Amino acid sequence: MSRLKRIFQQISRYPSAMLGLAVIALLLGIAIYTMVTIPYSEAIRLWRGGEAVWGEYPRTAKPVWTDWLTRDRLPRSIVLDSRTSPAVEKTAQGDPEASHRQTLTFTFDYPYEGFPQELVIFMEGSYAERRPHASLTWITPDGREIRMGEMAVRSAETYRPGQDSRLQRRLRGDSAEIGLFRDPEAETRTAIKGTYQMVLDVDLFEPEADVEAKLVVHGQVHGLAGTDHRRRDLTVALLWGTPVALAFGLLAALGSTLTTMIIAATGVWMGGWVDSVIQRVTEVNMILPFLPILIMIGTLYTRSIWVILSVVILLSIFGSAIKTYRAIFIQVRESPYIEAARAYGASNGRIIFKYMIPRIIPMIIPGLVVSIPTFVFLEASLAILGLGDPVLPTWGKLIDDARSNGALFQGYYYWMLQPFFMLMLTGLGFATLGFALDRIFNPRLRGL
Amino acid sequence: MSDSTVVQEQSIDTQDAGRSNGAMLQIRDLRVWFELRRFGFGRAGSVRAVDGVTFDLAHGEAIAIVGESGCGKSTLMKTILGLYQPTDGEVAYEGSAVGKLGSLGLKQYRSKIGYVQQDPFGALPPFMSVRAILEEPLAINNVPARERGERIEKAMVEVKLTPVEDFLGKFPHMLSGGQQQRVVIARAMILQPGLIVADEPVSMLDASVRVEILKLLRALQASHDLAVIYITHDLSTVRYFSERIFVMYAGKLVEKAPVLSLLRNPEHPYTHALLAASVDPDARNASSLREVPPGEPPSLVRPPSGCRFHPRCPHRIEGLCAEEEPPEFESRPGHQTACWLYR
Repeated sequence: MSRLKRIFQQISRYPSAMLGLAVIALLLGIAIYTMVTIPYSEAIRLWRGGEAVWGEYPRTAKPVWTDWLTRDRLPRSIVLDSRTSPAVEKTAQGDPEASHRQTLTFTFDYPYEGFPQELVIFMEGSYAERRPHASLTWITPDGREIRMGEMAVRSAETYRPGQDSRLQRRLRGDSAEIGLFRDPEAETRTAIKGTYQMVLDVDLFEPEADVEAKLVVHGQVHGLAGTDHRRRDLTVALLWGTPVALAFGLLAALGSTLTTMIIAATGVWMGGWVDSVIQRVTEVNMILPFLPILIMIGTLYTRSIWVILSVVILLSIFGSAIKTYRAIFIQVRESPYIEAARAYGASNGRIIFKYMIPRIIPMIIPGLVVSIPTFVFLEASLAILGLGDPVLPTWGKLIDDARSNGALFQGYYYWMLQPFFMLMLTGLGFATLGFALDRIFNPRLRGL
Repeated sequence: MSDSTVVQEQSIDTQDAGRSNGAMLQIRDLRVWFELRRFGFGRAGSVRAVDGVTFDLAHGEAIAIVGESGCGKSTLMKTILGLYQPTDGEVAYEGSAVGKLGSLGLKQYRSKIGYVQQDPFGALPPFMSVRAILEEPLAINNVPARERGERIEKAMVEVKLTPVEDFLGKFPHMLSGGQQQRVVIARAMILQPGLIVADEPVSMLDASVRVEILKLLRALQASHDLAVIYITHDLSTVRYFSERIFVMYAGKLVEKAPVLSLLRNPEHPYTHALLAASVDPDARNASSLREVPPGEPPSLVRPPSGCRFHPRCPHRIEGLCAEEEPPEFESRPGHQTACWLYR
């Protein structure tokens, strides 16, 4: 315990190490926060759920913080649902026992100069035989009334004004997202700020018939991290990428280092055929192509991140590190204290685990810490090669999605840069800590 | 026990204790050869590190084995500790041959022998505290956990590492060389062995600490009736506690004698040379050159025929020393020399 304290005291002398520790603590914090607030099943639902989950989100919307870089606030999404929102007024006229008329009025403030990305109206009709008939009217803040469209409402009806060519003609060629908000007096295209209304008049022909509706005005920005081409909130992927990346990096680094060390120590201590077998297996394994094997497993067997992780560990167990550790262990084996341990009857296992391995642990800790991000990057590389886990959202998957959807080409920089930033932060944190640990541990080991 | 003490006392001046039945350790014609390999499998001969060593050690007896570097004394010691397997001959402890013990028997045998090494810092695992170091032999030999603290404390008091609490939590690099060697001795003593093997225990220590450590070993030997095998190349420290001295040369014991007899009347020409070469702080000798035997220690792969010392021997008998190996001659009681001069 006092040793740990001493090491920590020495670490605190290196500002870069403190930075590294802070970054790692932040990443761990994010990972724990994510696992607690968005449980695994919830994350999968949010990432894989389909239109039902992310239908209200805009497509490829920038993160909210891009506001800080522009003069005006960019439009946010507005969602008004007749079932839940108090901003929707529902009135009925006529005899409810016969055909009658329902009016749903959607009222909202629009304080932005930019235009929304898209307008969608979801309607749900309940009827026995005759479909209700709906007509939509748009009322701008300056009092103009624009007829939008009419339609029979089925049990699930979606109306997208942006795709209504008649409406576009009425708006003198502007598409609905622009035409319905544009100030007709202004020279440039600017939206009128103020209170807009959309009135949905529904004629119902049956006593029990009813229509509920939801107005979605998709904004230009969404959430902390924006959305992708399928309207998914990237925050979920960035947050969930953290525990996945940390777990992958830590497990791979620890798993491969510890097993490699144990195997190297066993080989050196037992000598003879055990050592020969280990050395030959290592030499064969070192010339096996690492990435093609992973690609083969990903293509032919499974892309589950945990299977890939196990294969990564398995392939790196008999890696070149065995040779390095062997060289150190051969020196350690000749130490007089090991001879003394044999003289008082220590068993082979005890000598390997209690006398040889603890001797080199301080030496390998810096390398272990530095190797964590390399495994995180490996996971990202695999994802970019299309071998990412098909279920879990990871940073590498985000980069892959962004790349395959031309994010940089189309100017969606946030989509690709955010996972890059997280990867670089991870690399930075572990690398600075590892380098400082190297400086702390190595002067002591010169005497080995 | 009392029988062996009597035998031991006799051995100092008159009788050879080894021939009696009370011997604790009997070594008979012990040979330890290391095979040399060529290209990994071809045989290229053997290094005959120990080649026909015979002696007995009684309970509570202290012997010293002296010889130059590379004469095989460390190999002999490690074979006694059970770290090397004898090629031929046998080591018997309390009448049972060590080579025939199973792994459990070997473990028990090892627990009866304490081992004090040359380099105290190297002999202590640098990542263990003094408490952990002293607990290891107890844990390995299944001493119940509740007894361990008491035994550690007792061992530390015996080697004068007091106050005990100050040392328990320390790591080897925090101790001085003398303190480190005391920890090593405490570790050797903690299983209450009957025999301590000390491999040049003071050669790496300051002159000021040497005498203290030797006195400590001597005191422990007396209070615990310990047998001690003290291995050294420094004759000046031998008289502090050993009763007999064995002189080793090229894998063989060339002279076995009680301390005073050997120091006053050395017989083997090699012993003469060793004594002549030992440090003498007398100022009058500072300018006089000492007579040291010419030549190099012989190759242990192809040792000289006949007496192994004959190529360097000033008293070589032509036609005999180079042809036939000398047996041991007992010129005086208890003083045996393997040299044709004493036939």
